[in-house]
Amino acid sequence: MDYISNTPAERNKMLKEIGLEAVEDLFKMIPKEVKADEQLNIESGISELELMRKAQLTAKKNKSIDQQISFLGAGAYDHYVPGIIDALISRSEFYTAYTPYQAELSQGTLEAIYEYQSMICDLTGMGITNASMLDGASAAAEAVAMGARISRRSKVLLPDTINPAYREVIKTYGAGAELEFINLNSEQEIIDPSLIEKEIDASTGVVVLQYPNFYGSIEKMEEISKIINEDKKVVFVIIANPILLGLLKPPAEFGADIVVGEAQSLGNGLNYGGPNLGFMACKDDRKMLRQLPGRIVGKTKDVEGKEGFVLTLQTREQHIRREKATSNICTNEALNALMATIYLSTMGNTGLREVGEQCYHKSHYLAEKIDQLPGYEVANKDNFIHEFILKVKNKKSSEVLKKLIQQDILLGFDLKRIGQEGILVCVTEKRTKAELDKLIEKLEVL
Amino acid sequence: MSVKDDLYYSEDHEWIREEEEYLLIGITDFAQEELGDIVFVELPEVDEEFDKDDSFGVLESVKAVSDTFIPISGRVIEVNEDLIDNPELINDDPYGDGWLIKVDPADDSELDELLSAEEYAEFIEEE
Amino acid sequence: MEEKLIKDYSSPGRKGYSLPPLEVEESEFNSELSDYLREDVQLPEVSEVDVIRHYTALSEMNYGVDSGIYPLGSCTMKYNPKRNERVARIAALSNLHPYQPEAQLQGSLEILYQLKLDLAEISAMDEITLQPASGAHGEFTSLMIVKKYFEDKEEKRTKVIVPDSAHGTNPASATMAGFEVMEIASNERGMVDLEALAEALDQDTAALMLTNPNTLGIFEEDILKITEMVHEVGALVYYDGANMNAIMGYAKPGLMNFDLMHFNLHKTFSTPHGGGGPGSGPVGVKDFLAPYLPKPVLKKDEKKYYWDQKRPKSIGKVHSFYGNYGIMLRAWAYIKTVGGAGLKKTTENAVLNANYLKSRLKDDFELPYAEDSLHEFVLSGSRQKAEGASTLHIAKRLLDYDQYAPTIYFPLVVKEAMMIEPTETENIETLDHFVETLLTISREIKEDPELVKNAPHSTTVRKLDETEAARNPNLHW
Repeated sequence: MDYISNTPAERNKMLKEIGLEAVEDLFKMIPKEVKADEQLNIESGISELELMRKAQLTAKKNKSIDQQISFLGAGAYDHYVPGIIDALISRSEFYTAYTPYQAELSQGTLEAIYEYQSMICDLTGMGITNASMLDGASAAAEAVAMGARISRRSKVLLPDTINPAYREVIKTYGAGAELEFINLNSEQEIIDPSLIEKEIDASTGVVVLQYPNFYGSIEKMEEISKIINEDKKVVFVIIANPILLGLLKPPAEFGADIVVGEAQSLGNGLNYGGPNLGFMACKDDRKMLRQLPGRIVGKTKDVEGKEGFVLTLQTREQHIRREKATSNICTNEALNALMATIYLSTMGNTGLREVGEQCYHKSHYLAEKIDQLPGYEVANKDNFIHEFILKVKNKKSSEVLKKLIQQDILLGFDLKRIGQEGILVCVTEKRTKAELDKLIEKLEVL
Repeated sequence: MSVKDDLYYSEDHEWIREEEEYLLIGITDFAQEELGDIVFVELPEVDEEFDKDDSFGVLESVKAVSDTFIPISGRVIEVNEDLIDNPELINDDPYGDGWLIKVDPADDSELDELLSAEEYAEFIEEE
Repeated sequence: MEEKLIKDYSSPGRKGYSLPPLEVEESEFNSELSDYLREDVQLPEVSEVDVIRHYTALSEMNYGVDSGIYPLGSCTMKYNPKRNERVARIAALSNLHPYQPEAQLQGSLEILYQLKLDLAEISAMDEITLQPASGAHGEFTSLMIVKKYFEDKEEKRTKVIVPDSAHGTNPASATMAGFEVMEIASNERGMVDLEALAEALDQDTAALMLTNPNTLGIFEEDILKITEMVHEVGALVYYDGANMNAIMGYAKPGLMNFDLMHFNLHKTFSTPHGGGGPGSGPVGVKDFLAPYLPKPVLKKDEKKYYWDQKRPKSIGKVHSFYGNYGIMLRAWAYIKTVGGAGLKKTTENAVLNANYLKSRLKDDFELPYAEDSLHEFVLSGSRQKAEGASTLHIAKRLLDYDQYAPTIYFPLVVKEAMMIEPTETENIETLDHFVETLLTISREIKEDPELVKNAPHSTTVRKLDETEAARNPNLHW
């Protein structure tokens, strides 16, 4: 199936109009050295029936999250995605549309992005949000670059309590901008503020903090905020988990200059880690606004005085500013942002809070019970929101993980993968008491 | 499209008016037309020094961004703060209220290298 | 506004969700944590029906490929097959956490590996990374690979050359990677000026970024000479794969001697544009650049597929996980459906459709470059501008006829540019209708220019005040 409507007769008609004999004549300017072999070495196309069969058979070689009890978090979260999201974004006017450059025919997309921007501003407490970034990690990387541009300083303080994949991406981008990274090593689950105080100096441009951090704990936000605020030039970037912002104070309260993060948790499924949804928000400040990457939608009026929406401040972007653009970002994650907007509309104030509370109470129930078991310890039991570090005392954690996989339980992220001890366990609102009790039972037996 | 007589002009579409204590600099009517509706202006700090042809600021319209290039070397003694909230002054009155900066020139002889009103009018004919 | 904001539906106490009961006892928020609790989120309180009505109404104000022709040059707005959506929604293919054990993911890894093989075959590249999440992301990734390559060789090269017809992401990506951008002019035929290129190339050049055919739809005849010239100074040549739809089965970037490239799955490989993403921008490289690919790289041994994390020379990571997997599933489904012979036929029809439009329009609109073109072409609205209405007005008037406008004012080398790419999935009736509409508008400009200048008249909103939007930004409710 090649999705080509025109018949051979119709194609001949077109060739006649052009004045050519055969379709190959259209390609005569291509030198033979770069011409491919007569045919691509790719199998012939198949029918839809065969495609679905093939896909289903291949899928059988997987074991999905739903076929197990999962406590995996570490940057990708298993939250309930209401069915109306898929129903709405499957409307082809949404998902087959292009970027809304012709605003008059794209009011749907533009208004939805405006709503998304508004909701993220509300969650984060920040004054300005863009239309989305590629994912949380690249959003963090672009925030660091933005901070370096604004402060005109190239030193960046990077605590190791930040998601390791994010630190990797931040450093990869940072190599392009030739930034200098100072790794702050924590002894515990949160970073010692005095480390930041010690390292911050006149060449520090950006300090990054994750809230809650990679281990699920809350850093000493007030103290760190005060330290950073001593030097007004330093840009404070906070990486936040938006689904917990229905429960937790907005990062703006800690003096964040830029807030970024991964909004996959808002109404987007796991999808093996992509597509994701990076969000990026900054202070309502004219200079900052002009350094913000990404698309931005603004409300305005048309020639008849009717309110409408339009892409605005486009001169920051690559299609106008080219090598002087704030970023190269073009395609972002618009449909995923729409999914997040629908999710937040559906959940509303009370719903978002309830999700956060269920995550909190269920994870604390589990942590408390596990901590009581001999042979196990929850390292950050007094300071975590919905993820915690489980330490296994008399065994290798990999052994525990392996045994539980065989019983259809994914206990969590093995911190050995980043050279540390323990397992990062996450509990979302999807877990039932029965599942939690089952895990506790299994752990006891092991 | 106006070209005023009593001014000096540069090929970057800036005008200079010689005042007693300073040189007043702005962009020409031709330039503001080309740019379109100006939405944001970035101006230098007072006391910043520039060499002739350095970029001293940025003018942003809806569809374009343009550097402004200083026609003579000197030190900035004042910038037009009104432009922060009212960038449209540049479009509405480019030779008057839309002025950009006041400069204390480093070398008066540089004025001789600039275009007269006639020469500038010819120059934009060709563009 | 045609449709009020979702917050305008809000009524205190309305609920649109339901969660199961908590079941476990509530844990106290200890004194320290309770300092971090908030009370004041302002999200709307609406019912499920409110949400459905509102977003349905919004969708009705939009125009997608399913609505009609979308002739945006270099965007390749081809039909988005629905069966790909079905594949992407299969639970065991989509409900997967990125950190699950690889043994549980062999089905997905097989699909991704197959996609890599097919992309490599189409392009004559040796190794592929699927990690970049968009074309621009792929460009940036590629330039970081170039940077690392020279660092590894202990050669300091600071410049990247870009033709003046290049897409804005090219120079923007180069800047992000820390390079200085040198723009070179195209010649009168719309192709890379070899003399200008020779002058620009030196030992400080890291790379030349090129797309072929270029943004004018014109194939760079001298491509082998160009890549040779660049290699002669020890620099690398990068292929922007946005225009792959023009050459599948007819030319391969690897055979043109490009060293690395990116693909746009959301262009050439039919995955939907989503209103601005998600996309996917895999990068292909020749073997000698493979060590620098972002990690991990998908590999296969006799028993299984696995992620190779042991990449000491890797540039690092550009995405938190493995890239936009959901999009890769759709691209895999597309390639399987269309097949090798089908991809070649796709290219043939994309080029045929574009040339048909060009042939029917070139008498009424100025064609700035007479060269043969492939899947897209650029017209100039300068004749019409002289008669009273510009390319912008023509674009807006098209909207009144329920058709989307082509790309306008790009590439920069053409005044009043209209870049038109119909793709292969448009039928002859739609193409004829598009031509007739443009000819009608051209006539309208002669007879009643104000009608065209004040367009659009019949869309949800009329021309919007972009100046006001930029001068006094209103970016949230």
